Amino acid sequence: MTYRSLKLALLGTTLIATSALAEDVTLTIESWRNDDLTLWQDQIIPAFEASHPGIKIQFTPSAPAEYNAVLNSKLDAGSAGDLITCRPFDASLALYEAGHLTDLSGVEAMGNFSDVAKSAWQTDDGAVSFCVPMASVIHGFIYNKDAFAELGIEVPTTEDEFFAALDKIREDGTYVPLAMGTNDQWEAATMGYNNIGPNYWKGEEGRQALITGEQKLTDEAWTAPYATLARWAEYMGDGYEAQTYPDSQNIFTLGRAAIYPAGSWEISGFNAQADFEMGAFKPPVRNAGDTCYISDHTDIGIGMNAATEHPEAAETFLAWVASPEFAEIFGNALPGFFPLSSTPVDLQDPLAKEIIGWREECESTIRSTYQILSRGTPNLENETWGASVAAIKGAKSPEELGAELQEGLSSWYAPHQ
Amino acid sequence: MNRPRIRWHIVVFLAPAVLVYTAVMIFPLFNTLRLALFTEVDQTRVFVGLQNFQTLFFDPVWSEQFWNALGNNFWFFLIHMLVQNPIGIALAALLSHPRLRFAALYRSAIFIPTILSFVIVGFAWKLILSPIWGIAPSMLDAIGLKSLFAPWLGKEEYALTTLALISVWQFVGIPMMLIYAALLTIPEEILEAGEIDGITGASAFWKIKLPLILPSIGIISILTFVGNFNAFDLIYAAQGALAGPDFSTDILGTFMYRTFFGFQLQLGDPHMGSAIAGAMFAIILVGVCIYLFGIQTRMRRYQL
Repeated sequence: MTYRSLKLALLGTTLIATSALAEDVTLTIESWRNDDLTLWQDQIIPAFEASHPGIKIQFTPSAPAEYNAVLNSKLDAGSAGDLITCRPFDASLALYEAGHLTDLSGVEAMGNFSDVAKSAWQTDDGAVSFCVPMASVIHGFIYNKDAFAELGIEVPTTEDEFFAALDKIREDGTYVPLAMGTNDQWEAATMGYNNIGPNYWKGEEGRQALITGEQKLTDEAWTAPYATLARWAEYMGDGYEAQTYPDSQNIFTLGRAAIYPAGSWEISGFNAQADFEMGAFKPPVRNAGDTCYISDHTDIGIGMNAATEHPEAAETFLAWVASPEFAEIFGNALPGFFPLSSTPVDLQDPLAKEIIGWREECESTIRSTYQILSRGTPNLENETWGASVAAIKGAKSPEELGAELQEGLSSWYAPHQ
Repeated sequence: MNRPRIRWHIVVFLAPAVLVYTAVMIFPLFNTLRLALFTEVDQTRVFVGLQNFQTLFFDPVWSEQFWNALGNNFWFFLIHMLVQNPIGIALAALLSHPRLRFAALYRSAIFIPTILSFVIVGFAWKLILSPIWGIAPSMLDAIGLKSLFAPWLGKEEYALTTLALISVWQFVGIPMMLIYAALLTIPEEILEAGEIDGITGASAFWKIKLPLILPSIGIISILTFVGNFNAFDLIYAAQGALAGPDFSTDILGTFMYRTFFGFQLQLGDPHMGSAIAGAMFAIILVGVCIYLFGIQTRMRRYQL
C-alpha cells in the first residue's frame, strides 16, 4: 500500500514538473519607442514566437522623455523587464557598470556587427559589449514633393540653394517653409545643430578632435552651425517659440509646411499620416563640391537585465535580434531605423531607401555630444539644446554660445582644461 | 499603590495612524535627508557630510540653477498671492451675497478645475494657447486684438507668468470655498448691528467681514505657500523636465526631478537630488514657522 501511494505521489510530482516545463517563459522588453508598439505586436513578436515556441514576448514601452528615469527606478527596485532597450553611450554604460546589464561579448551572434556599430554599447576600452546593436537613425530634411513641384523648386544641395528655396517658399506664402519649433528644445539641437553640423566640423574628424581636446567649441567649425541656425528663424512658422514637436509633425503631414528638418525615425509615422509624396535631401553642403557628412547615429540597442529570471530565453531572443532575419523584419517594419548588422538589408520603403543611400555618398558620423562629452555637469547635450534654441531665437551670438559651452565643458573635462 | 494606569486604549487608537504616517511620510522624509549626506564613488556610497549642500549653494554650475529655480518659485508664489487669493476672496464675497441667483452653479463651475488632473490642465491650456491650433489667437482676432497675441509659453519673459496664471485658474476654487465657508459662519446679528450703526454694502465687507475671515486668509496663504514650493506637475506636464524655454520656468520641483532621476543623457544623481529636496524642505519649514510663530500667534481672533 505505502509503496503504491509513494509511486502515485512520485507520478504526481513528475506531472507537475513536466507541466511547469511546458509553461511558456514570458520576457518583457523595456523600451522608449511607444510609437512602435503596434509594429512590435503585429510583426516582430509574432515572427519570433513562430520560430521559438515556449518563449512569449511582451513589449512594454514608456514615454521617450521619461524612459531613462523610469528604467533606472525600475532597475533599482528590481521590477524592470528581462530585456532592456539601450540608449547609446553613457546611459547604458552606467547601467552596465552598476551591474544591471549582462556582458554579451561571449554571444556568438555579436560577430554580425562591425566595431563602429558596437561602439555605442561598449566599455571605453572596447573590451566588453553589453547591448546588441539594433538600429541607427540618419538626419536630413524631408520635403513635400508636391509643394516643391508646385513652386518649381529644385532639391537644394548647397546652403545657398537651401536658403534660396526657403525664400521662394516664403514669398509664395502657401506653405510654412520650415516645420520646426523651439518649445521642446531638443529638435533645435538634434534636428538642427547635429543635423547640419557634421558638414562644418567634418564629421568624425571634428568629433574625435573635440574629444581629444584638439578642437574647442569656440572654433569656427563648432560655432558656425549656430550662425546658420539663426537664419532659420524667419522661415519657421508664426509663434514657433511655442510650437511643440508633435505640432511640427502635424503641420508637415497636414501639408501645411514644405520642409521638415528630420530624423529618419519619422518615416513610418509620416507614411501613415501624409497623403502627399515625400522626398528627402541630405544636409546641404556649404560650397558646391564639398564632401558631405551625415549624422548616422547609433540609436538603439538591446541588452539583458542582469536580474532576469530567464537568462537562457533572453539570450535566445538577443541572438535572434542579432540575426539577419531580424534585421530584415525590423528594417522593413520600421523604415527609418536602419539595421546595423553587417549583412546588407533590402529595404522596400522608397523614402528609407533614399536616405540609407546617403551612406554611399557621404561620410557617416554620430551626434557630437553623445560619446564621453556628456558625462559631467553641466551636461553638454542638455546645454546644446538650450544653445541651439538661443541661436534660433537670436538671443545670443554664436560666439557667446560657443564660449559658454566651452566654459561648461572645460569645467569638468580634463582634455579641455 | 496609586501608580497611574497606562491607558492602553490611547496607544491602540493612535497606532494605525502613527504607523501608516511613519511608513509613508516620516521614514521617507528622514531617509531622503540622510541620502543627501552621501555621494556615490565607483558604485559605492560614501558619506560626505554637507558637501552636497556646499556644491548646491556655492558651485557656480549648481548654484546658478538653484537660485534661478528658487527665484522662479517665489515669482510663482507671488502671482498666486496677488491674483489667486484676492480673486478667490472676491468670488466668495459675491457668492455669499444673499440675493445672488444660481450661486450653486457658479460655485461648482469655478471649483471644477480644481479636481482636474494637472496633465489635463497643462495639455488643454497648451492647446488653447497654441499659436498653430489654439483658440486664443482666433478669439483675440475676433475682437481685433490679434496683435496682442504672443506664443506665451515659448517666450522666456512670459512663460512662467503664463503657467502661474494657468495654475491660478485651476486652483482659484480652493480659496473661494474656504473663504465662502468662513463668510457663512459670520452671524447675521453682527451684520445687522453694523447696519443699524450705518455700516452697509462694501464697508460692511471691509470693516466687519474681512477682519473676521483673516484667520482663514492666513490658512490659505500658508497652503498656497506650501503648495507652490512643492509644485512640479503643471510645469512638467506643460514644459517638460527641462522647464524651457531656457530654464525660465524651472522651479525647485523640476530641478529636483531632473537631478534625481536624470534627463536624456544626464544621469540621475539621487544624492544631489536629495540635497535639493532637503533644501526645499528647509525652505518650506522656515516659511511655515514664520507663519505659525510670527503671524498666527499675533492674529486677533474674535469670539462670534
